[in-house]
Amino acid sequence: MLTIPCPWCGPRGEAEFQYGGEPALRPVPASAVSDAQWADYLYLRTNPKGAATELWCHAGGCGQWFRMERDTVTHAIQSTSRLSA
Amino acid sequence: MTGARLPAGGRIDRSAPLPFTWNGRPLEGFAGDTLASALLANGVRVVGRSFKYHRPRGIFAAGVEEPNAIVDVTRGDLHDPNARATLVPLERGLRAKAISGWPSVDRDAFRGLDLLHRFLPAGFYYKTFMAPHWKWWEPGIRRMAGLGRALETPDGRQFEHRHAHVDVLVVGAGPAGLAAARVAADAGLTVLLADENPSPGGALLWETGTIDDQRADAWADAVVAGLIHAGVTVLPATTAFAYYDHNTVALMQRRTPQPGWAEELLWSVQARQVVLATGALERPLVFPHNDRPGVMLASAVLRYLRQHAVLVGKSVVLTTNNDSAYATATALLEAGAAVVVTDVRPAPGRAATEAAAQGARVIHCAVVRDTGGLTGVVWADIGAADGTGAVERVPCDIVATSGGFTPAVHLFSQSGGRLRWDETASAFLPGTGRQAHQLAGAMNGAAGLAACLASGHDAGLAACAALDRRSALAAPHAEAPATTQPLQPYWHVPLKGTRQWLDLQNDVTVKDVGLAAAENFQSVEHLKRYTTLGMATDQGKTSNVNGLAVMAELTGRGIAETGTTTFRPPYAPVSLGAMAGMRFSALHTPLRALPAQAAHDAAGAEMREYGGWMRPACYPQSGESVPAAIQREAAAVRADAGLFDGSSLGKIIVEGPDAAAFLDLIYYNAIANLKPGRLRYVLLLRESGIVYDDGVIARLSPTRFLLSPSSSHTAGVLALLEQWHQTEYPALRVAFHDVTAAWATFAVCGPRVRDILATIPTDIDLTDTALPHMAIAEGRAFGVPARIARVSFTGERSYEISVPAGHATALWRHLLAQGPTPYGIESLSVLRAEKGYILIGTDTDGLTMPDDLGMSGPLRAKKVDFVGRRSLTTPDALRPDRRQFVGLLPENPRFVPAVGTHAAEINGPRKRSLGWITTAAFSPALGRSIALGMIEGGRARMGETVTLYDRGRLSRATICAPVFHDPAGEKLHG
Repeated sequence: MLTIPCPWCGPRGEAEFQYGGEPALRPVPASAVSDAQWADYLYLRTNPKGAATELWCHAGGCGQWFRMERDTVTHAIQSTSRLSA
Repeated sequence: MTGARLPAGGRIDRSAPLPFTWNGRPLEGFAGDTLASALLANGVRVVGRSFKYHRPRGIFAAGVEEPNAIVDVTRGDLHDPNARATLVPLERGLRAKAISGWPSVDRDAFRGLDLLHRFLPAGFYYKTFMAPHWKWWEPGIRRMAGLGRALETPDGRQFEHRHAHVDVLVVGAGPAGLAAARVAADAGLTVLLADENPSPGGALLWETGTIDDQRADAWADAVVAGLIHAGVTVLPATTAFAYYDHNTVALMQRRTPQPGWAEELLWSVQARQVVLATGALERPLVFPHNDRPGVMLASAVLRYLRQHAVLVGKSVVLTTNNDSAYATATALLEAGAAVVVTDVRPAPGRAATEAAAQGARVIHCAVVRDTGGLTGVVWADIGAADGTGAVERVPCDIVATSGGFTPAVHLFSQSGGRLRWDETASAFLPGTGRQAHQLAGAMNGAAGLAACLASGHDAGLAACAALDRRSALAAPHAEAPATTQPLQPYWHVPLKGTRQWLDLQNDVTVKDVGLAAAENFQSVEHLKRYTTLGMATDQGKTSNVNGLAVMAELTGRGIAETGTTTFRPPYAPVSLGAMAGMRFSALHTPLRALPAQAAHDAAGAEMREYGGWMRPACYPQSGESVPAAIQREAAAVRADAGLFDGSSLGKIIVEGPDAAAFLDLIYYNAIANLKPGRLRYVLLLRESGIVYDDGVIARLSPTRFLLSPSSSHTAGVLALLEQWHQTEYPALRVAFHDVTAAWATFAVCGPRVRDILATIPTDIDLTDTALPHMAIAEGRAFGVPARIARVSFTGERSYEISVPAGHATALWRHLLAQGPTPYGIESLSVLRAEKGYILIGTDTDGLTMPDDLGMSGPLRAKKVDFVGRRSLTTPDALRPDRRQFVGLLPENPRFVPAVGTHAAEINGPRKRSLGWITTAAFSPALGRSIALGMIEGGRARMGETVTLYDRGRLSRATICAPVFHDPAGEKLHG
């Protein structure tokens, strides 16, 4: 079990968190992008081996979404930060 | 009968004899025994039949590595079909029996299989029992081979989960673990100490030695007492079986049964530092017929003798390649046994000389070359270790063997650590680690008591230092070891045509590894799977290294090059029940109850689970069937009046100056132009354009909305709103609050509804001018806060009355007293089908878009870039052959097609699906069957007749608009 430092609540067990995946930048305005660009936003992620940026939600705690920098190989967590930061 | 209890000694309580049974035979042991030691003390030799050849097998080891003694144990009303006898503490009244052998383990009907061993080599099953014939053989093979049988009834065992966060977790309470734990405790850290054996102390409980002028076992007892006094959590009979990321270690604790206790606890421990002091497991030398009962590990013989005062045999042949067996020889001699030692080394040195001086016959350059005896060893042939020359037959009842020690690096490896082959130790030792742990004792290559204590002490200090703590505790002192003679690697007797077992539990021999090598299954991972070496429940704890060494020898590679298989959790078997803990039966998925549940029960409701809630399906009258009740209720709603409990429907308050703007960005329908006091039916899409939920939004005030998602989607909708607000639109001032459980909601509907409404004392104006269809008003009713909304899921004039949940039963009783027919979900399902109202997840699936449902109006009217909008104009969304929501009228008006029935195009033998039926019912309003479905290009097929196909049965139906009753919607206002 990972210990995840929630930027609002401090270190808590992984079971309290929900994984949100790699942040995808929503095209604005969506109507201006091509079908291919929209499909890219919807479905294509880099799935990196090593350093990764992800969104997580402390669903079983404060309910806040936050950003996490972690390593997908070692599962080491470099940092977490509030979305407003 | 060979084993016997010594008159004195051992760590057993002779004042507490414990009666138990073995295969129904009454026997006796003592507190402090394991089941294995008690069986040996009673002279039991055969405890099971081998997996493949059905050869008799006896107790081989004394700990978790035991490959043979897997037995069925019943304690009171608790049953364990696959207990490891070496880890089961003996209890009064325990009933144990063998799990293999029919009619009995001593006289097994399948023992003749052994004569066919030449025809049953490795890979026999893979080559013989293949599809399509495997299914003929499978039941018989399973019966002959299997392990214990689970009961058909609940086994009475209880399991719980525990979570712990500690500074230091010490795994293993032998000399190294104890030395580390006392330092960490002295430094003021919170410490958890776990050991898999019933009593802590590890090898200190059976090896000779003196620590700080105390006997080793007395020192262990004193340290454990001190640790408990200092607040350390000491868990005996607790196996650390998995080491996960972030220093998470899973423990399995077995407890003595007590009423109301869970006897197995699954711990998840998060430790800032882990000290691995997991020790080492002895491996045997491999020689012909080394599987007979009476062939045992030398260290196990010593352990049974010292810890349990059991002399396993009076005449013992020891066969070894290292010094450790001489401690066993000396102890056996002291206990009065006759001892012959064969040592493969040419000059065994001081330990051998001392044993010889005490009366052992020590033979150099020698090994056991064969054993004999039908149900246990009665002789051993001794000869030259190189396999040449004549042999001498020595009568004996035990052959004890030591081939060196294999460090228990399993947890270290699981933690992500790399292993390296160490030639000197002839073992895989920890290389680079990856987590916050310290390594101590024999698992890290320390040899001998003094070295283990020292490395444990150092590991404790290192853990303290990593956590910024200090301890000035003096290191425990033990006698420095006398000079020892190094081990000489020796993997098996070089004799062709013999049967030499590597893996006792899975019946894998040296010859099988030879076959794997010859057939090019030479990688260790292939070797393992082809021969099943190390794949049994003992995971090859005593056999893996020997197997690798044989493969290395056969392929001319070194052991380092041959490598080892990956260690994965669990280190030892874990009960499936422990994984589940208390999450089973009613606690698996706790269901939610309606606030007026008692009133529904009183009304005779048939309660069923819908989306996590227990809700009335219908209310059958006495003697009435469920289908009849559904028809009666649905008809009564249209003819008179009905009463429905809609309390489980979601209620989410959305509030804030930007609430309207935010909801406009989320929902498919326009929200900003909704007037306060009005309702709107809405769809919520995924960003992929797929319909996720439908529901009703009420605007209570310019800045306050009430959302009613479907019952099972309320949590999901709330999460979705939060995610979009936090991640995409954080600047909008809006907040969300789920008030579902706070309010009870009842729907009253039907032609007579206004009479019923008139009996409600309320300050809310219920006239059609003040409260038209799709309007809502807040006020008071019966003197409590109330909301009344006009919204209909039946097509009839309908009012939803909401009051605080505590008043649910009172309001239900009042409404019911006015004479409406209570109706349940199943009846509502018929009513909504008559109107063609969709049910999300029933009429829609993971491909359904709004236009497929005929709801494309909002897309044209709305300008905002709401969730999923862009996906509605992709080529796929605009395909002309998308499946569309339609009604279907079966040709036979009495025939109700099954949901899932396909509409098919049939050209001779070729069938193609045009779509399928999603809802079907017998409509009391129409007096005939009706159906809804998703049909390819459905809206262009109105009036067409299609063929329905249901598992070969054909029928016909006509496609029509998806509304069967009151298409103009006049009754909503009637």
